[in-house]
Amino acid sequence: MTQIFHHSFNTISRVSIFGAVFMAATLAWVGDRIHRSPYMTQADVVRAQPVPFSHKHHVQGLGLDCRYCHTTVEESAFAGIPPTKTCMTCHSQLFSDADILAPVRESYQSDRSLEWTRVHDLPDFAYFDHSVHLAKGIGCVSCHGRVDEMPLMWRENSLNMDWCLDCHRDPGAHVRPKERVFDMDWFPAERRDDLVEEYEIESLTSCSTCHR
Amino acid sequence: MKFRNSLLTYCGYASTTEANAGSKVRAGLLSLQSGSSAGLLFLLTLLGLSSCRQDMHDQPRYEAFEGSSFFADGRSVRPSIAGTIARGHLNEDKHLHTGRIGSELADSYPFAIDHAVLERGRQRYSIFCTPCHGEAGFGDGMIVERGFRRPPSLHEQRLREAPPGYIFDVITNGFGVMYDYADRIAPKDRWAIAAYIEALQLSQYADLNDAPADWRTRLNTQQETGMGVSK
Repeated sequence: MTQIFHHSFNTISRVSIFGAVFMAATLAWVGDRIHRSPYMTQADVVRAQPVPFSHKHHVQGLGLDCRYCHTTVEESAFAGIPPTKTCMTCHSQLFSDADILAPVRESYQSDRSLEWTRVHDLPDFAYFDHSVHLAKGIGCVSCHGRVDEMPLMWRENSLNMDWCLDCHRDPGAHVRPKERVFDMDWFPAERRDDLVEEYEIESLTSCSTCHR
Repeated sequence: MKFRNSLLTYCGYASTTEANAGSKVRAGLLSLQSGSSAGLLFLLTLLGLSSCRQDMHDQPRYEAFEGSSFFADGRSVRPSIAGTIARGHLNEDKHLHTGRIGSELADSYPFAIDHAVLERGRQRYSIFCTPCHGEAGFGDGMIVERGFRRPPSLHEQRLREAPPGYIFDVITNGFGVMYDYADRIAPKDRWAIAAYIEALQLSQYADLNDAPADWRTRLNTQQETGMGVSK
């Protein structure tokens, strides 16, 4: 019986076996990069809003506390998007005829809500509660980044599950004293395992903590 | 044999019979082409897969404050129906919720004021009041510097003599160009702010003899070294 395959097929088969593994790995890697890219996570992507609201101006420039507008952040799961009335508290007097604020005035007069685009939108199968994170010494800046330096709002972190778990597995590296929770420019200089103990923080990593 | 065939097909060489060995190269080229378009298809599927994931991510229920096409005003957050009272909001304690006893502004607090309440008051004051009234209550906050009408100093005679119910009432119903804060500050916190304002007022007009003995010495030394806060 004559040989079916040419001698070079030995090399070709070896290369292709290695190639298959390599290609599968490359595809997996590319898939992972796409999944973690801003294209998917919306991290670092400025979202269009009805009014170009600047946190930088209001927080860093004027020194407003986060809670002046996000009033329910300490008591409820949702931090709260301020009603138009909160804007008008100052803007009935200041920049009261600025074009840029026309949608705000119109909303206040017509009692129609401003339709903001949610920048931090968790998937519906993930449970999240702001209040417990603040009560246990996790700062706004830990998740939202330097909002006081954002002229327009973007999502600082991916909100991917591994990002949540980074902290849930090791709270000591992220926790801060409760009086620093709302400080935008304060960061713990070292691990605070003492606070983990003092605030009775458990490392909650069971599936049902968030997927309930 | 089957595995080898598929392996060969994959790397671009059709499994050929001995008979048509001559067309090996052409067939190989063909399947190479289909191999790369399969790869492209795979990539596209990957992209597609990662973007068509709304079903579980966005389930048919309202998130907090989500818009609604069902209600005429576009809101999923519904106002309470006229004539109804939500659980826990009966607000029977008129003193606590209106700042009045009978029709008179209350001259007392509806609960005991201790250090914790004052600390809470300081915190809430600094969140909600300092933008206009300033840290110490002189009406020199940042928003005033930016052109908002200057509020009266909390240390003027009229306001020092006002009962705590008056401060509560102004926070609850607003005053002049100041909007009301009833939906932003809970009643207990409004009282805590009123108490803290009273402490602020006291701080500007206190007599040294009112301070506890150990503080008196400390304040005296500070005054001598020029470290005291004067106003």
